[in-house]
Amino acid sequence: MNGLFAATSISEFLSGLKLPFAGSLSPLWVLLIAALIHAVILINIFAILPLFYIWLERKVAGRIQDRLGPTRVGGKFGWLQTLADGIKLIQKEDLAPGAADRWIFRIAPYLAVIASFAAFIVLPFSDGWVAVSLDVGVFVILALMSLEVLGIIFAGYSSGSKWALFGAMREAAQMVSYEIPMALCALVPLVIAGTLNFGEIGRMQAGLMHNWLIFHDPFTFIAFFTYFVTATASVKRAPFDLAEAESELVAGFHTEYSGLRWSFFFMAEYASMFAVSGIAVLLFLGGWHTGIDLEASMAGFRGWMPDFLVPGFTLGNYLVNLFGAKVFVLKACALVFVQIWVRWTLPRLRIDQVMTTCLKYLVPISCVLFLGAILWPLLLASTLKRTTILENAPPLGRVIVGDAAAVRPLPTGMASSPQQEAAE
Amino acid sequence: MTADVLFWLFAALVCGGALGVVVTQNIVRMAFWLILSLGSVSALFFLLGADFLGAAQLLIYVGGTVVLLVFGVMLTASGPYMQIKTSAADGLLGACVGGLLFLVLVSSISGMDWSQLHTTNTTPSVIAERPEGNTLRPLGLAFLGLRPDRPVTEGSEVKPAPGYLLPFEIVSVHLLVVLVGAAYLARAKRRANPSNDSLSA
Repeated sequence: MNGLFAATSISEFLSGLKLPFAGSLSPLWVLLIAALIHAVILINIFAILPLFYIWLERKVAGRIQDRLGPTRVGGKFGWLQTLADGIKLIQKEDLAPGAADRWIFRIAPYLAVIASFAAFIVLPFSDGWVAVSLDVGVFVILALMSLEVLGIIFAGYSSGSKWALFGAMREAAQMVSYEIPMALCALVPLVIAGTLNFGEIGRMQAGLMHNWLIFHDPFTFIAFFTYFVTATASVKRAPFDLAEAESELVAGFHTEYSGLRWSFFFMAEYASMFAVSGIAVLLFLGGWHTGIDLEASMAGFRGWMPDFLVPGFTLGNYLVNLFGAKVFVLKACALVFVQIWVRWTLPRLRIDQVMTTCLKYLVPISCVLFLGAILWPLLLASTLKRTTILENAPPLGRVIVGDAAAVRPLPTGMASSPQQEAAE
Repeated sequence: MTADVLFWLFAALVCGGALGVVVTQNIVRMAFWLILSLGSVSALFFLLGADFLGAAQLLIYVGGTVVLLVFGVMLTASGPYMQIKTSAADGLLGACVGGLLFLVLVSSISGMDWSQLHTTNTTPSVIAERPEGNTLRPLGLAFLGLRPDRPVTEGSEVKPAPGYLLPFEIVSVHLLVVLVGAAYLARAKRRANPSNDSLSA
């Protein structure tokens, strides 16, 4: 509806574009150029986020430990510290141990980075600002993020070092185990949303803050915190980072890595931190909406300056979407800040405690939450005669639109609107 | 045109990855080639508009099965890098089985009348309304009995076909039973020594 540059998508914008000398573009070129633009934007986001987060991590760590943190590179606050680190890492020798399986050893960091980057393809930053809008977006992003563990296993196995092997084993066991409660907690808001499309879930939470899915019922409220704990563990952050505890143990699966390949693992880790926080923001915290209904007052602004510079580009619409993207990134960064804060505050768990937390506590908790989220609308429907506490909250599930008269009533009544249920 | 190029690219990657699995002798490299092959199959699913299937392929085969395989190798390997040497007899047997499977596939594909495929499509409007690639809703409706291959209504009354929900539940309960059984068999047997119990608690 309101895509990037106010066209439905970049490709639609390009196909409507009339070039002064060549006429309109052929569909092949439109697709290629649009794909290129999306890829370049996403790669830049993917590269700049870790740059910022590593600086933030150092600064926050410094402040929590009553130090100053980086102060010299790039002015008073050490803004360019990460860039200096990066230059240092590029200069380092690209070592591979003699005992390593070189070929796998060199490929492993790329596997981790690709898996982490691929998650950004389906992550929307604002209303319609998404590279690929899929109806199975949430499922795809969980599937893609589960692939990061492959790079870690390969890195640990091919290093030819027992430290790397043990680290990779623990890391992989942890990441694979924590995927289960993470997916179960992500299911809780999805039961209410009735869709796996990130865009629709985001639009559903427009308006005031009580429309956010975290405040929908008690189960989603608890599910947010459970999700955040499991997400922190699945991106192997403290207090769940025993497998790569740099300060106390050998650094785990990346013991033998140096230079740029080593930094790829950290790029993947920090980008994944943003990705899981972004999923939390979209599923629980209202996506790109401010929660104080600024969007409604800005709705009139959307039509401001239509066909600005090029036909199909509405400046007002673009600016409103840009504002939404800023809100989204700000919320996600706030969650990343909490992850950093927790890392420098809490002590590490032992590896058996990490696994116990997951299998004996988080999995049962998330199962109960999932069951409760399913039973909650039934309870409300039998007592209050509607499926939500608030009168004007979004209805449970999407109502099938279009030629739906042919199929309604559905056999289970799952997709029927609350008005219908109230009438019954 | 673009779809064709991408199709041939990913099809070549599927075949190349599969060949890599057969040719290489290092198990972990085999796992890498397997990832390439399975991942490309999932890319083909995405290309053909079966998004859910593609994502499931990634989650189950690439993210699940291959991880389990490498785990198994890491836990059971006696040396640093495990090698598999296949004998000539094994190779011959494998070639025979593969050839037979290929024959079955070729005969079944050539036996299908592909021109009939699009003419007998009785897709209900609810499903047809969704844009290409968004297969999630039709899949969910098929679970409940609104299947795309059967007409939903008979005259004026709604008459859903048998859904896939019950078979799916039966299969998943079976899987759960197998997992619980495996965990029971593989559990650490600490009961004999109670002093260890208090240490690990």
